[in-house]
Amino acid sequence: MHEFSIVQSLLELLEEEATKYKAKRIARIEVVVGALSGVEPHLLEFAFNTFKEGTVAEGAEFLVRVEKLKVWCKDCEKEYEKEELNMLCPICGSLNTQIIGGQELLLKSIELECPDEA
Amino acid sequence: MCKECGCHVKNHQERSSKEEVNLFKRILEKNDYQAEENRRHFEEHGVFAINLMSSPGAGKTSLLEKTIDLLKDLKIGVIEGDLETDKDAQRIRAKGAPAVQITTGSACHLDAFMVHKGIHELPLEDLDLVFIENVGNLVCPASYDVGAHCNVVLLSVVEGDDKPEKYPVIFKKAQLMVITKIDLLPLTDFDLDRAITSARKINPHIDAIKLSSKTGEGIEDWLDYLRFKVKVYKKSLA
Repeated sequence: MHEFSIVQSLLELLEEEATKYKAKRIARIEVVVGALSGVEPHLLEFAFNTFKEGTVAEGAEFLVRVEKLKVWCKDCEKEYEKEELNMLCPICGSLNTQIIGGQELLLKSIELECPDEA
Repeated sequence: MCKECGCHVKNHQERSSKEEVNLFKRILEKNDYQAEENRRHFEEHGVFAINLMSSPGAGKTSLLEKTIDLLKDLKIGVIEGDLETDKDAQRIRAKGAPAVQITTGSACHLDAFMVHKGIHELPLEDLDLVFIENVGNLVCPASYDVGAHCNVVLLSVVEGDDKPEKYPVIFKKAQLMVITKIDLLPLTDFDLDRAITSARKINPHIDAIKLSSKTGEGIEDWLDYLRFKVKVYKKSLA
């Protein structure tokens, strides 16, 4: 289970961003997990909630958006979302396709709490 | 009463405002930078690096032993990743090739930082080809770029031909799949075509080689593949 390692990298990123914006807390984070990223969203959330204690993201709400696998079929010249994790065009069955989404693992956005200037 | 604003709340919280920031940052960006750094390091020494991945027991170390025995025209070094013990590195050294053992403790994969440590313990200036033998696991290693030039996944016939469909991410990341232990084919229901066809559903351009490290069948194809890859790579650097 590599989700714990990934969360360590995520927490490092969050500490850096909090320092950069002089935030005292991170209230919410949103991550994007591709269906073909090799990462299990619920394990990532579990790992995040386990390791966030004592960090700037201690009270942070965790939102995860799962990006479905998206392929571009060069024969149909159309884009399709897929449930199955393969590159077959769901309409014509061609393998003359290209993956255009679903492999990402991103920190999309964060909500920071910054002290008001006195 | 609160001194700051005159409100009647006893434990008045420090005032703050919320701000939403869009980042769209790769969570593993630091690993990816280090992986690029590793590749540059290999390139400075003209070394081609292969990340070897498979489940435990698919025959990664056996294939490397055989490769070191037979591929005398290339100088090979190995970075071994395991949870515990340096048994695999000892097996490689016994064949006369330099090997560095990285014990990951509880980590189920190698990352670019671990490999970087290994790189500095290898005599790169004397080598043509470095194998990074990843931790035996068909899931976790797939998420980490370790800084190799080529990803190879091994699948032994005793594991079953359904593995490419069950573990699509690792087969997507590989340029080559090596089907190992083909001497055991008569004892299994493994269908070579089915395994390769299903890998190509997720990775249409993946190459496939079938071999047995034990009997030597198919090994020549593997050695030719390595020679070709190293040759093309060295030409690209010149």
